[in-house]
Amino acid sequence: MILLHTTGRILRQLRHDRRTVAMLVAVPTLLLTLLYFMYDSQPGVFDHIALIMLGVFPFIIMFLITSIAMLRERTTGTLERLLTTPLRKTDLLFGYGLAFGVAAAVQAGFASALAYLLLDLDTQGAAGYVVMIAVANAVLGMALGLLASAFAKTEFQAVQFMPVLAVPQLLLCGLFVPRELMAGWLQAISDVLPLTYAVEALQEVGAYAEPTGTMWRDFAIVAGAVVVALVAAAGTLRRRTP
Amino acid sequence: MTSAIEVADLVVHRGARPVLHGLSCTIPEGSVTGLLGPSGSGKTTLMRAIVGVQVVRSGTVTVLGRPAGDAKLRSEIGYLTQAPSVYADLTVRENARYFAALYGLGQAEADAAVRDVGLAEAASQLVGNLSGGQRSRASLACAIVSKPKVLILDEPTVGQDPVLRDELWAQFRGLAESGSTLVVSSHVMDEANRCDRLLLIREGLLIADDTPAAVKASAGTEDLDQAFLTLIRRQGTGVPAPRATGEASEVPS
Ligand SMILES: Nc1ncnc2c1ncn2[C@@H]1O[C@H](COP(=O)(O)OP(=O)(O)O)[C@@H](O)[C@H]1O
Ligand SMILES: [Mg+2]
Repeated sequence: MILLHTTGRILRQLRHDRRTVAMLVAVPTLLLTLLYFMYDSQPGVFDHIALIMLGVFPFIIMFLITSIAMLRERTTGTLERLLTTPLRKTDLLFGYGLAFGVAAAVQAGFASALAYLLLDLDTQGAAGYVVMIAVANAVLGMALGLLASAFAKTEFQAVQFMPVLAVPQLLLCGLFVPRELMAGWLQAISDVLPLTYAVEALQEVGAYAEPTGTMWRDFAIVAGAVVVALVAAAGTLRRRTP
Repeated sequence: MTSAIEVADLVVHRGARPVLHGLSCTIPEGSVTGLLGPSGSGKTTLMRAIVGVQVVRSGTVTVLGRPAGDAKLRSEIGYLTQAPSVYADLTVRENARYFAALYGLGQAEADAAVRDVGLAEAASQLVGNLSGGQRSRASLACAIVSKPKVLILDEPTVGQDPVLRDELWAQFRGLAESGSTLVVSSHVMDEANRCDRLLLIREGLLIADDTPAAVKASAGTEDLDQAFLTLIRRQGTGVPAPRATGEASEVPS
């Protein structure tokens, strides 16, 4: 019950910030449109990149939004106060997870609708799987954002964790250089980064009409990474502070 | 009278500095206790220790028979932090309803708390758009919404106009009469007369723990500001504070 009230509270906060909601929906669609025109003369490339972008946008955006939201909870004292009430740490963490999961589903829904209906995105698998993986990525971004906020004292620091945590994952996930062509040590790093599996899962949806075992395995790995990040984030929520 | 809060030999360090040096006191149930002292004397630190959010070095704090911070106490204790801790991007009503929900209470209780702090008119305004005084009352509404058995209020009346201050004190009195135990910090001495008991604290040491009348009697003045100064001077020169009305004034070594 407290969990759902917490989810409602976070969504209400988001709703009061109309511009953020508008940007959540508009930014991915605008960037996808930009990609569409950029690759106008190279058939097939748009399909490849747009598919991955659909999964990566929610990761980055939810990472940023959550790390700032959680940092605010820490700096304005609301976190300390919440932890003196009957709320459990899991109520808060899963409250964030649910709220931003919902936000991510809306975002991915709009972006996918645009990509499939107007920009002629073509994948072998169904769009529903793309949205599903996008939401999992968003929740992963959210969980890492909760964790990162514990290591930031200011919002300036918090936003800089994004390039630290997200950019290496993007560079190494196989989007820019196929993973098989990377040096062995880079591949080893790539192997332990969750975004690698998210991207692979999306590529599976792109290439096969039916969901593959690899896709489900990758999806499970991303879900596992979410749990690990949430447990680590729970460890940073201290009821007693110096 | 049974005690709601017992603090024994409490030592707290913040950063590298010792802030409370072996403080002991007992707070009776169903009373309003004023925690007074200059800025930086350790009022907030003591309150945090009572609520159970402060890392303590040694000593014990017992609230309603349980160690401070015990999970069972979380539904019995309300805490108003010194800086308002409410969501600036929610309305007053939404804040109160969320905190009410954490205690399993509904909208009626939340709306009553908003009225009690005099924010009925501003209930649908975003907290971020309120004045400082209104914002701290929004925060207060979230602390009193559950009508907890123990209410720790850190400077609840700062920045409020005299009429509102009066109304808030009437609320505190009403809560105590219905059985709650309140600890209210302030650095405004004229509020001290409204308390059942006073804890005067200076540089982490308790220099008086008595009724307002007894504190004044022991210092030989009717003016609490003056009484506080007298007690500090006595302490500084090593003269123990005299005992008043049979209750020992704490004189730390
Ligand atoms: N987070 C902190 N880290 C280090 N020192 C602190 C911290 N918070 C408070 N202090 C110090 O502890 C002392 C007591 O502070 P506090 O309990 O807030 O006093 P009061 O509430 O009476 O003004 C002050 O000297 C203050 O500088
Ligand atoms: Mg203080």
